[in-house]
Amino acid sequence: MIQSVDVFQDIKTAMPEVATAAFALWLLVFSAFKKHQAFAVASFLSCAFLVGIIVVCFGMFGQYDEPVVAFGGLYIQDYFSLSIKMLIALGTLISLIYVYFDMKQTQIGRFEAPVLMILSMLGMFFMVSAHDLLTLYVGLELQSLALYILASFNRHSYKAPEAGMKYFILGAIASGMLLFGMSFVYGFAGHTGFGVLEEVLNGTTYNVGLTVGLAFMLVGLAFKISAVPFHMWTPDVYQGAPASVTAFFAIVPKIAAICLIMRLLNGPFGGLQDQWVQIVYALSMASMVLGAFAGLVQTSIKRLLAYSSIGNIGYALMGIVAGGADGGASVVVYMTVYMIMTAGTFGVVLSLRKGGVAVEEIADFKGLSKTSPFHAYAMTLFMFSLSGIPPLAGFFGKLVVFKAAVDSGYIVLAVIGVLTSVVAAYYYLRIIKTMFFDEEDAGMDEIQIVPYAAQHGTLVATLAVVVGFCVVPAVLIEYAEVLVRSLF
Amino acid sequence: MTDFPLLSLMTFLPLIGAFFIMLIRGNDADVVQNAKNVGLFTSLFNLGIAFYMVALFRPDTAEFQFVETIRWLPSLNISYHMGVDGISMVFVVLSALLTPICILASWNSVHTRVREYIVAFLVLETFMIGTFCALDGVLFYIFFEAVLIPMYLIIGIWGGPRRVYAAFKFFLFTLLGSVLMLVGLLVLYREVGTTDIPALMEADIPYELQLWLWLAFFASFAVKMPMWPVHTWLPDAHVEAPTGGSVILAGVLLKMGGYGFLRFSLPMFPDASLYFAPMVFWLSVIAIIYTSLVALAQSDMKKMIAYSSVAHMGYVTLGIFTATTQGIEGGIFQMVSHGIVSAALFLCVGVVYDRLHTREINRYGGLVKNMPKYATVFMVFMLGSVGLPGTSGFVGEMLALVGIYQVDTLVAFLATTGVVLGASYMLLLYRKVVFGEQKNADAAAMKDMNKVEYLTLVPLAAMTIWLGVQPSIVMDRISPSVENLLRQVHNERPVAPAKVEPNIMDPKTGIFVPIMPTDNTPKELISDEPPIAEQAIEEQADELNDEMNNRDADSQVEDNGAAE
Repeated sequence: MIQSVDVFQDIKTAMPEVATAAFALWLLVFSAFKKHQAFAVASFLSCAFLVGIIVVCFGMFGQYDEPVVAFGGLYIQDYFSLSIKMLIALGTLISLIYVYFDMKQTQIGRFEAPVLMILSMLGMFFMVSAHDLLTLYVGLELQSLALYILASFNRHSYKAPEAGMKYFILGAIASGMLLFGMSFVYGFAGHTGFGVLEEVLNGTTYNVGLTVGLAFMLVGLAFKISAVPFHMWTPDVYQGAPASVTAFFAIVPKIAAICLIMRLLNGPFGGLQDQWVQIVYALSMASMVLGAFAGLVQTSIKRLLAYSSIGNIGYALMGIVAGGADGGASVVVYMTVYMIMTAGTFGVVLSLRKGGVAVEEIADFKGLSKTSPFHAYAMTLFMFSLSGIPPLAGFFGKLVVFKAAVDSGYIVLAVIGVLTSVVAAYYYLRIIKTMFFDEEDAGMDEIQIVPYAAQHGTLVATLAVVVGFCVVPAVLIEYAEVLVRSLF
Repeated sequence: MTDFPLLSLMTFLPLIGAFFIMLIRGNDADVVQNAKNVGLFTSLFNLGIAFYMVALFRPDTAEFQFVETIRWLPSLNISYHMGVDGISMVFVVLSALLTPICILASWNSVHTRVREYIVAFLVLETFMIGTFCALDGVLFYIFFEAVLIPMYLIIGIWGGPRRVYAAFKFFLFTLLGSVLMLVGLLVLYREVGTTDIPALMEADIPYELQLWLWLAFFASFAVKMPMWPVHTWLPDAHVEAPTGGSVILAGVLLKMGGYGFLRFSLPMFPDASLYFAPMVFWLSVIAIIYTSLVALAQSDMKKMIAYSSVAHMGYVTLGIFTATTQGIEGGIFQMVSHGIVSAALFLCVGVVYDRLHTREINRYGGLVKNMPKYATVFMVFMLGSVGLPGTSGFVGEMLALVGIYQVDTLVAFLATTGVVLGASYMLLLYRKVVFGEQKNADAAAMKDMNKVEYLTLVPLAAMTIWLGVQPSIVMDRISPSVENLLRQVHNERPVAPAKVEPNIMDPKTGIFVPIMPTDNTPKELISDEPPIAEQAIEEQADELNDEMNNRDADSQVEDNGAAE
């Protein structure tokens, strides 16, 4: 591990964050003074910036064969963080495209939306690069605060403030728990830096205070990834927020939080693996089971996808339970594939408008196979992929996770995982059934298809990845193995 | 043997055809006609390749032939490994044979979303052939499970009134079984370090683990087969599916279960197979007797044939798990025969269903008067299903019974009663539909078979009789593979060099190195230790050197001779 020496080098190391922070602040001021089309211009500039950030992260790759620690141990930059940042930026880019066109249709678009998304992304960047409990907390809060506002962005709907409020209060409790846990850890280990913690905790015997601290921290983090039993906010927030913002919630923040958990548990708390494995095991199992069964009775597509995301987090946590480089790589693969599938699913949902708003009910999909076959087939493939049916991408995500779990001897967890995937398959199939098997009602409102090429382009691109993944699965899977090496 | 990747061509050609069908533009009538033409042409071409492969196929060896290996997921040691032996070759041909017949069968009977229908069948063909050709466990699983996607849509979109229920039941039952197999496969991977099927076949797996793994794989194949008591999805799926769907379901998809038993359960978990064999026997006997009785009580033609399928599959499992030559060969032959006969029976039902839109047995009667040709063809298949000597049904059933008689006479006795029951319901069906009074005027007014129906049914009738008279065309090709399988089951070490030539990845370089099999133990074949590959190369080099030396010596002798 290299320690950077002066402040310039620190800034250079933290280039993506510095650039993002500067851009977000500049954009805020710039847009505030722009009288016309502020939303469109801000969105466009943000998209361009996100592409730039991906390029910057890619360009920085060569210099970080060894992890570099900056700002006196608060911040770390390595292969892992750079790759995840690229992924996060990509997810934000896709979401921003959705948000722009969605808000343009519903006419709630304001330039704050892209600014908030960029700020939230900045928080996520800090989360994946956190090398100290305090950086972790600050990153997490920055990310969450921006998301709270985004959740209640549609001021004209009575559901939106409810969603924002619920998210905020529950999120605040979670943050409190996290801080409480951190204070315990600090009290017993005497430091908040990951590097020091790792040295101190390695080889410690069982210690009640540390375990309590760790448990509280995991509770706080479980809130953020909506793992059962800390998932209650998810369906309401997903339902209340504008559909495109929901897409953002579903696609991006979870990647950052899961990666943060991975770094935290395998780095500083690596020595306490016996303790945290039990907690994560329970979270994983509960999430998979509840995600599968609670989804069965949903009629709203957004709530359904909320439960779907809860279930999917359960599978990702299974990879963390499995532990080791294989487990870590499987989590990265799973989350990447999940991001693409979910982005595609939301792409379909957002393309179908009913009275200007994205479709809400599963019943709205009735007869879609006749009115818009392309969207129906795309949705079908995404649903099969989410159920984990080969040869689509979702299967490979599940395959690597189950493989990691089985290799580490967690066969019972893997069996529960596959069984819940069968239960969950039912509700994915139900959507396909609605589109293909049900006859169209005569009195139904027409579903309009949005005319935007950029949005359809995104949809086609995600579809291509989901279908084409089976041809060269090695690309992602081997890459994931390389990049998690910096964690272990 | 050619180096051309024939198997991949066969597997993915239908997919290419499907792609082109999706591209067709124009007015609706043209699209429909072109889609049908392209679909039929593609599948017939594929059938042609299948016959070409049969011609190239060497029936004297149990080796995998037409083998292709491409790096696919090297870090997980999973490769795109395809190949066929006698057992899989038979099913590949069966799949290639039935797909064009299904497309022909829908020629005049499917009117909605014809283009999608043809695409679904072509995609299905890709997955079916892939399943039978895959020589890697994960690859097998991918094809095996992917079959659900087109089949779910075929039942759900073009099915009967209760199609939604049937489609869900089919999908979820099968998926539930399959996912357990996936976990089993991953455990197997952990144990052996590869999912390469030839390597797994030679691996020694601890007895305790074998039992668990056998159960995991059994869950999948038993549902697919389907065995009693997890057969309940089959009657629903058959009744609701369109004719083509029923044909493929009965003809090929059910065979995947039996193929799985032959490819995984028996060779990989031989001890567990022998341990669980009595359970399988009794499940099979219950299936044979119980479902035959249920079939006897049906008033719906398709349902009756569906239950008869379960009974016939009972003979297959019975035969396979006897682990005797006769039993296994009988099981395979029974699968082939059933694939042709029951597929044809569903087509026969489709013929009258298209005219009268009912499958009630009592609505028909006396068809022999107005549809004599239909009555004749139907009779051939009915007798084939009964297992009359001279038809294909007899050979498989007989051999399976001979096999089981060597193992368990009581089971054999009970299973034989199924033959009588089978005759009783099939004859009943035939009597009620074809003979008797012409009760209903509309049934009496039906026209005899048209050209398209001829084209679908007559080849199958010919095959039924041909296979019954000359079963050796199948038997000769499968028997070396069956012998090889039995050797694996009974844990006999190969005397001759092992008949598989696994390509083992050198972990250092990531390159697949073909190993000349020596008499090294199977454990070594699949272990991760790098020296083996090098060792093998060294050995080869040594052999080469020896040969060179000998040659030198010979030439010296010759030189000396010349000098003298």
